[in-house]
Amino acid sequence: MAHPKRKISKQRKNKRRTHYKASFVQLSTCSNCGATVKYHTVCPECGYYRGKLAIETKEVL
Amino acid sequence: MRHGKKFNHLGRKPAHRKAMLSNMAASLILHKRIKTTVAKAKALKLYVEPLITKSKNDTTHSRRVVFSYLKDKYAVTELFRDISEKVADRPGGYTRILRLGNRLGDNAEMCMIELVDYNENMLSEKTTKKKASRRRGKKKSTDTPKVEATTDTKVEEVKEEKPKAKANKAEPKAEKSEPKAEKSEKKDSKEEKKDDK
Repeated sequence: MAHPKRKISKQRKNKRRTHYKASFVQLSTCSNCGATVKYHTVCPECGYYRGKLAIETKEVL
Repeated sequence: MRHGKKFNHLGRKPAHRKAMLSNMAASLILHKRIKTTVAKAKALKLYVEPLITKSKNDTTHSRRVVFSYLKDKYAVTELFRDISEKVADRPGGYTRILRLGNRLGDNAEMCMIELVDYNENMLSEKTTKKKASRRRGKKKSTDTPKVEATTDTKVEEVKEEKPKAKANKAEPKAEKSEPKAEKSEKKDSKEEKKDDK
């Protein structure tokens, strides 16, 4: 079977891994209560989604 | 080869997956809304919606076919008795998935899948939205003739433009106070009034 001829140096390994990055979560404010909310999710504070009451009970959240 | 087979196996063998989906479908039908992960909810949507469509045709055969998927007689009766009536006018799209954020423990994205016709909050506010859009349409129709009139009458009516923009009621008074305008302008002003009414 084929094998790598050389050990990958630390520099080369680290250079490759410079592109492994964590991305930011896209955040916005709830239109109803003004809490910070993740995009495309129901507001965890008041249960509104896109200006409408989606979930009344807090048990679900 | 599995080229183009976009089907989520959910990390389970077929029997396990089918059993889980039929359980989830039965509990969705009985409880109207359930909380799961987004991946399972999407798989469940593909599983349940054909069954709900099938329930619109209430025959022994369709009941048996649905029972073979749900394996729960209470869910079948609930589906054919209540849900099929509520859903009768809806051409597909019976379920809604609302994301709820990530679960503690494994950080899985959680969501709530529900039957659209059973969430009355979302249904009632849809009608109000339509009304709002109608009002906007009317406003546009009143705005457009005003702009035309101002452009036609040119320099003499420059003074009038400001009150026009502020309030419609101020229009006739301003026109009366001005010295005799040309006949064509009067016609224009009459047209404006008609439009405003």
